[in-house]
Amino acid sequence: MELQRIYLDYAATTPVDQRVLETMLPYFSEHYGNPSSIHTFGQEAESAMENARETVAQILNCQPKEIIFTSCGSESDNLALRGAAFAARQTRNANHLLITPVEHHAVSRTAEQLAERHGFVLEYIPVDQYGQVQPDEFRRCLRDDTALVSVIYANNEIGTINPIASIGEICRDRGIPFHTDGVQAAAYLPIDVNQLNVDLMAIGAHKFYGPKGIGALYVRDGTPLIPTQTGGGQEYGIRAGTSNTPYIVGLAEALRLANEDRQQRTSHVQPLRDLLIEHTLAQIPDSQLTGHPQQRMPNHASFVFKGVDGNALLMMLDVEGFACSSGSACKTGSPEPSDVLTSLGYSNEWALGSLRVTLGIQTKPEEIDTFNRHLPGAVQRIRQLIG
Amino acid sequence: MRVVVAMSGGVDSSVAAALLKEQGYEVIGMMLRLWSEPGKEGSNRCCTPDAMEMAKRVAGRLKIPFYAIDVREVFYDTVVKYFIDGYTQGITPNPCLVCNRTIRFHILLERALAFGAEYLATGHYARLRRDDLSGIVQLLRGIDTHKDQSYVLHVLNQQQLSRVLFPVGTLTKSEVREVARRINLPISDRPDSQDLCFLAGDDYRNFLERHIPQNLEVGNIVNLDGVSLGTHRGLAYYTIGQRKGLGITSKYPIYVLKKELESNTLVVGEEGYLGQRQLYTVNNNWISGKQPEGSFRVQVKIRYKAREAWATVRPLGDYQTEVIFDEPQRDITPGQAAVYYDDEMVLGGGIIAIDKE
Repeated sequence: MELQRIYLDYAATTPVDQRVLETMLPYFSEHYGNPSSIHTFGQEAESAMENARETVAQILNCQPKEIIFTSCGSESDNLALRGAAFAARQTRNANHLLITPVEHHAVSRTAEQLAERHGFVLEYIPVDQYGQVQPDEFRRCLRDDTALVSVIYANNEIGTINPIASIGEICRDRGIPFHTDGVQAAAYLPIDVNQLNVDLMAIGAHKFYGPKGIGALYVRDGTPLIPTQTGGGQEYGIRAGTSNTPYIVGLAEALRLANEDRQQRTSHVQPLRDLLIEHTLAQIPDSQLTGHPQQRMPNHASFVFKGVDGNALLMMLDVEGFACSSGSACKTGSPEPSDVLTSLGYSNEWALGSLRVTLGIQTKPEEIDTFNRHLPGAVQRIRQLIG
Repeated sequence: MRVVVAMSGGVDSSVAAALLKEQGYEVIGMMLRLWSEPGKEGSNRCCTPDAMEMAKRVAGRLKIPFYAIDVREVFYDTVVKYFIDGYTQGITPNPCLVCNRTIRFHILLERALAFGAEYLATGHYARLRRDDLSGIVQLLRGIDTHKDQSYVLHVLNQQQLSRVLFPVGTLTKSEVREVARRINLPISDRPDSQDLCFLAGDDYRNFLERHIPQNLEVGNIVNLDGVSLGTHRGLAYYTIGQRKGLGITSKYPIYVLKKELESNTLVVGEEGYLGQRQLYTVNNNWISGKQPEGSFRVQVKIRYKAREAWATVRPLGDYQTEVIFDEPQRDITPGQAAVYYDDEMVLGGGIIAIDKE
């Protein structure tokens, strides 16, 4: 009998929505023109791309020219950090970078490289036990020579949502550019850039039922940014490279659907997520929820189990038909605790036993039931393993 | 039925997985991530990143799930420590035996069973036969006598053997290669190696220099009459029967006969003194689970690649034996295993001791 597989890793990626796929298909072999070309083929493609840009801009409540299409969320983060940091150095001799200890590696590794190889001074904004920035504490970290602030909107590992609007307001008062990694958040949370007071925001389509290989960066008009990829003048000269028309169209349609169904999607996943958290904490001894108990992504549950080999747990769950993730997305089998959990003060004994369960619009109540019945036994079996 | 295959990325374990898949098993691939010296991970013989990629590709081709299991810490604490301790105690340890007993057929087997598998399969060249009368699982040599690996498996007990499969044990190496070609497995044909995985292709002496320099104390080389012939660089550098690298000039070829740990002396002599008819073993394992009663006649193998020799084995109790060979044997090396064969069947074996304990 074929094993019934249950996918509970929607924070890693989501399946492409059929409606999204259909809007993309004509742009592969039918309307295949290069949007940069003069002729009609090019114009058709350009029109599709600009419509997509307008759709995205409407949802983000910004101007179309403030949307830069990239290849993924990580590229958007890289462009934001490198582009804004070098620009700030050039325009106002600012060399101080502020990020949180709970950023996605796309931000933290980039900031580390800017510090180690390019002479920027990197400092970390303190976060509380849930990985959340407290605006008043954040205010004290700012310096006159702060080049850029980057705070993750919703954390991928522990789901915690940061008070982006308040942080943005503080940055704006000081005239310091503010970037947020909105890659996880875009699937469920409001992404109006004016309400959020952000100058830069990264998103990636595959987290909200769009295709992999396409992302966008919002760049507020007037934010100094030095291009990191040069070439043809695509994307207003900020990001060179032949425009990926079908994927851009796909991103826009996926975002449109996510925006339209935002309320409905949230009210589907959140109660199931709450059941899962409640059941897990009640049924599994020595278990803790990681991240904020309330202010977290509505589809996101994350735990640590004391004395559990998290990798072994993931493997066992997979063998038994459940696809989940851990904090330290590691496939080579090296048991390193995640930076994020370590920075929140979890000891190895806890941090190595992390489990992330993320739900999606396809998740059925029966699947969560099955998972809830299964997980305590799996954790117990892992705890009994030797070595 | 679910089976976990211990995969290394090499042809033997890959074909083992493929055969089981063909036989209709639900196959799961697992690879042990073993310890490497810091900075030398790329050349560890059995679990380099390359080997891991290869195993993953094979698993992808066979459409089976694949997981890496990190056992670096416990591997260091048991296998590598055993290796280092052995040399400090003046023996030539065989760490693969310890790995099989404590890692591969213990931790990995337990993991497999916890994952709902009935069996753990490996790419070893050995066979198993269940004796219907006694229910005992017998361990037999692999069909391919050149590749036979039953020697390193003599440490297994009935509990382990009843949960183990050796799918390539009934094939020759060339048949295994043929299967790999037939199903177009992405195998790079690495040369077989007898080196220890964690030595990363390096000489064990260099490894010891890095890890126990304090135990490599210079001492005297003497002949059987106690006459000093020169100095040695540290007993761990030498193996019984070794001829080269002694740095002594002599009319006749001379060989390492004995290492005397207490006086840090290396005893050498002519070839005629090398042979011994008698040895003692400790830590014996009996495949059947029971120590045979009284002495018995068997063929005994004293190194992985040695020829078997007829001998009489006398159990001494406390997992010890005395082995008397019909003919004197060269190169009896404390620390290596003496494994007892009744024709093609392994009865058991023990670790050769320096002297009777």
